Amino acid sequence: MMRLPAFSLLAASTLAEAVEMLRDHPGSTVIGAGTDLLPNMKRRQVRPATLVSLGAIPGLVGIRRDDTGGWVIGALTVLGDVARFPDLPGALRAAAGSVASPQIRNTATVGGNLCVDTRCSFINVTEEWRAASGPCLKAGGDVCWVAPKGEQCWAVSSTDLAPAAIVLGASVRLVGPGGERTIPAADLYRPDGIDHIAKARDEILTEVSIPPLAGLRSTYLKLRRRQAVDFPILGVAAAVRTGDDGIVEEARIVLGAIAPAPLRAAATEEFLVGKRLTPEVVEEAGRIAALPVRPFDNTDLGSRYRKWMTATFVRRALRELE
Amino acid sequence: MIAPRFSFVGSGRPRVDAGDQVSGRTVFADDMSLPGMLIGRQLRSPHGHARITRIDVRRALALEGVEAVITGADLPITYGILPVSQDEHALALERVRYVGEPVAAVAAVDAETAARGLELIEVEYEPIEETASIDEAATDRVLIHGEGLGRNVHRAASLEFGDVATGFEEADHIREDVYDFRGSTHAALEQHAAVASFGTDGRLTIWSSTQVPHYLHRALEKVLELPAAQIRVVATPVGGGFGGKTDPFSHEIVAARLSMETGRPVKITLSREEVFYTHRGRHPVLMWVRTGFRRDGTITAMHFRTHLDGGAFGSYGLATLYYTGALQTTTYRIPHYKFEGVRVFTNKPPCGPKRGHGTPQPRFALECHLDAAAADLGLDPVTIRVRNLVEPYSTTVNYLRITSCGLRECIEKVVAASGFGDKHGKLPPGRGVGLAVSAYMTGAGLPIYFNDMPQSEVSIKVDRGGGVTVFSMAADVGQGSTSVLATIVGEVLGLDPATLAMVTADTDLTPVDLGSYSSRVTFMAGNAALEAAERIRDTVVAAVADELGTTRDVLVVGDGRVGVEGAPEKSIPWPDAVRAAISRTGPLAASGSYTAPTLAGPYKGSGVGISPAYSFSAAVVEVECDAETGHVRVERVWLAHDIGRALNSLLVEGQIEGGVYMGLGEALMEEQAYRGTLHRGPSLLDYKMPTFLDVPPVESILVETVDPEGPFGAKEVGQGPLLPVIPAVANAIHDALGVRIDEVPITPDKVVRAMRDLARGGSGRVGPASVPEFDFGRANRVAVPEGLRP
Repeated sequence: MMRLPAFSLLAASTLAEAVEMLRDHPGSTVIGAGTDLLPNMKRRQVRPATLVSLGAIPGLVGIRRDDTGGWVIGALTVLGDVARFPDLPGALRAAAGSVASPQIRNTATVGGNLCVDTRCSFINVTEEWRAASGPCLKAGGDVCWVAPKGEQCWAVSSTDLAPAAIVLGASVRLVGPGGERTIPAADLYRPDGIDHIAKARDEILTEVSIPPLAGLRSTYLKLRRRQAVDFPILGVAAAVRTGDDGIVEEARIVLGAIAPAPLRAAATEEFLVGKRLTPEVVEEAGRIAALPVRPFDNTDLGSRYRKWMTATFVRRALRELE
Repeated sequence: MIAPRFSFVGSGRPRVDAGDQVSGRTVFADDMSLPGMLIGRQLRSPHGHARITRIDVRRALALEGVEAVITGADLPITYGILPVSQDEHALALERVRYVGEPVAAVAAVDAETAARGLELIEVEYEPIEETASIDEAATDRVLIHGEGLGRNVHRAASLEFGDVATGFEEADHIREDVYDFRGSTHAALEQHAAVASFGTDGRLTIWSSTQVPHYLHRALEKVLELPAAQIRVVATPVGGGFGGKTDPFSHEIVAARLSMETGRPVKITLSREEVFYTHRGRHPVLMWVRTGFRRDGTITAMHFRTHLDGGAFGSYGLATLYYTGALQTTTYRIPHYKFEGVRVFTNKPPCGPKRGHGTPQPRFALECHLDAAAADLGLDPVTIRVRNLVEPYSTTVNYLRITSCGLRECIEKVVAASGFGDKHGKLPPGRGVGLAVSAYMTGAGLPIYFNDMPQSEVSIKVDRGGGVTVFSMAADVGQGSTSVLATIVGEVLGLDPATLAMVTADTDLTPVDLGSYSSRVTFMAGNAALEAAERIRDTVVAAVADELGTTRDVLVVGDGRVGVEGAPEKSIPWPDAVRAAISRTGPLAASGSYTAPTLAGPYKGSGVGISPAYSFSAAVVEVECDAETGHVRVERVWLAHDIGRALNSLLVEGQIEGGVYMGLGEALMEEQAYRGTLHRGPSLLDYKMPTFLDVPPVESILVETVDPEGPFGAKEVGQGPLLPVIPAVANAIHDALGVRIDEVPITPDKVVRAMRDLARGGSGRVGPASVPEFDFGRANRVAVPEGLRP
């Protein structure tokens, strides 16, 4: 059995207290359900000296409609509840329902999934394995084994929720020592496998807000080897608004798990606006979406296959939204 | 005295240990805790191939809570499961040969201290050239065993039965194919664990999750230089073995040595990662096959070549090598057959036996090759197989004695149940069905080390209260062997199997059984149990005849009584019958044994593949394939199995379903994959096995042929049903999409590659182009058995 390293656990009873704890304990980090953090700690990928638990803080759980007709989801809401909540947008429900397994979805949280660490087959392994390969950039070494010539970490953004949240125009509320701020979900991510999240260590993601749909229909498709358990090796979220004539007025497509951050398929979106989703248009949209994608061999299945599947999955998502 | 009808044999009954297993009461090795017990851990090599230039354990020894540290120098004697492959050290001496090879070990008061102790052991390595693959092993490189440069060949074999040149001349059509089976591991739920306790009396006891307590006993005797009589091996209930717990292992020897060093019990439980490095899984095998056919599909000759990637040590590999050539002839009549095989060493964890041991790889090749040949000849998959079927009670060209054989019936039943004829080539695009057949041994005909003693012994003693205790060294590895032995004894003595006391797998208490491998226990231990039970029954019947003043021939044993059938007043309860027997003849105990008949043919290598009986299986797999993503969804599997006789139909169906699921995993996703010599992902997240959502319903069909030598006619089911599943999946995918994936596992990316090739006008094949050049030398020519000569 892999064992956890030693750490201190602090249980905050208010948000303010949690922020204080994070500020006062260097090397501390937030723990929600810990379904990702604890395995990463067992593999010594991260070694936080202190964990600040948010579990006892009131008000972080639940899904509600706001006055504008949008939704607000508390950060500690479990993914299973999002998947089961009937009137949430399709992309979000599909994404939440595709994570891991029923057992994990009933404990893993929305905030945890949005902030989930990037993954790579050279980092999500034991300390002994990393010693055999030699430590990579993300493990504190000086080379990325995936792209040894470069200087950047290519660990893959592995959140299922993020692409869905981004196409829905969601924003996230962050509370830190300097107060709170609300940023678009898209701005939460940085294209760097190590420094992948634009949230300070002592900031806490407290809720996600999704604006009213205003006619957007959305979906999320996930590529993985098995029908359960596996992390995404490609996630495609799409949201489309068409007029009465079937012409696309707005299209948003975000690719997950193919790069260190969710990728907006901007050229595809632009291509789609003003067109009907005919088979020819859908075909071409898939081609355009896959063009700039450069996956590496650091997840399950090959990089070439994931690039091919980018086109296929974008087409399938669009067909669902016809 | 034959029971007029079966009381227990045949019916589906829960395992005798089912209650404890499902309620969490079963004590597995890792559940054990003894007073003063220490935790042992092993330091493992981070290099695929390196010389150990310095090793210093002083800092580890100085750590508070560390009670002992040992290195290779403390265990210098080599061992290995086969007498000819004594090439392993419990802890590496001078050289490491794969990433994960144990180098040193610590015993400490708890797991954290043991881990800190490992960190304090200083080892310096000097890396040397690695060999990572079959292709690399085909060139001159630094030798993995021995010094200098050369080819890393472990062993090669070349056998020719009859004259293939003549056979090919008689052919109307000759087809050649190349296949690759990439290799997988067992991934049993239970990680290996052992607890060793060296007592003040100088006796060593080891509790281990092993399939082979007798062979472990012998290895410990050798490496620890203790008399066998001072060693007790207890095989704890095994949480899945599948062949992965049939070698003597480093952690067992190390736990014992650490206990001898400290005078305290020591437990070592492998982490999941360590289990992947311990391995002994399915060999990657690259295969080339050439077969001659007449127009009607009759096989005239076959030439089969295999290249095995053995990993760093011998393990069972010499047997595996021969197994890749042995059983092709057990399903089809092949008048002239040539087999050439070579096993190479590479700097990876050692391969060994996994369910089907060396035969799923050639079976995959053979069954895909036959489908392709059928298409060439305009035949359907059923016809080409039935045309060549082996006959019951016949001898194969390589001298394997076939007794009962229900293969024809298996094919008929599985074809009928699945509607294969209406589906093959006729389903809509993306949907398809595939057929494949196979055979497997019911127990290896020879023990692993040469000896003239029985392969299985069973003892029974009966208490004055009528209680029956059965003693057998057979290890229940989840297959239900204990329940099977109870069923056999219960049937003979007319007692509910669930009421028998079963003492198993303990070298102090039980007479020898060679172990739970090669599908041998039901047949071999079963026959020994049958003989012992009949001896008990005969003694009791004689006493009761005396007591009742009647003759033995009118007495029956059943329903807990012994007496005249149909005359309750002339029968007595079992406990009274037992007391009558003890009063007349003394303690009521008996033993039985089983020794396989002499079966080996007149050639070197003939010891591999012989068996007192063969099981036969046929499978139809139906798939739905996503042509764009390459995802293969298995809709249903029909599997018919010639079991001889089902002693417990529930256990038989359980083994069939387990074998089918394991086969599906291997067909579609499981691969022990490496980057060079480094395992790609030694975890159950990265090593893909099917989840509940990935597996279909399985329809099991039992075919009973009542083997003349099996206990009540029974044959094996633990391994056979896996074999046809893998090629049946490949054949179904071909039927669905028109592509041939000649490489296992058939992952979605390969299917997409094949579809793209097809779209560009290619053949739609993905697979290896060729096998490496290798000089097998002149074949050992073996004359065809007399009955088969023209």
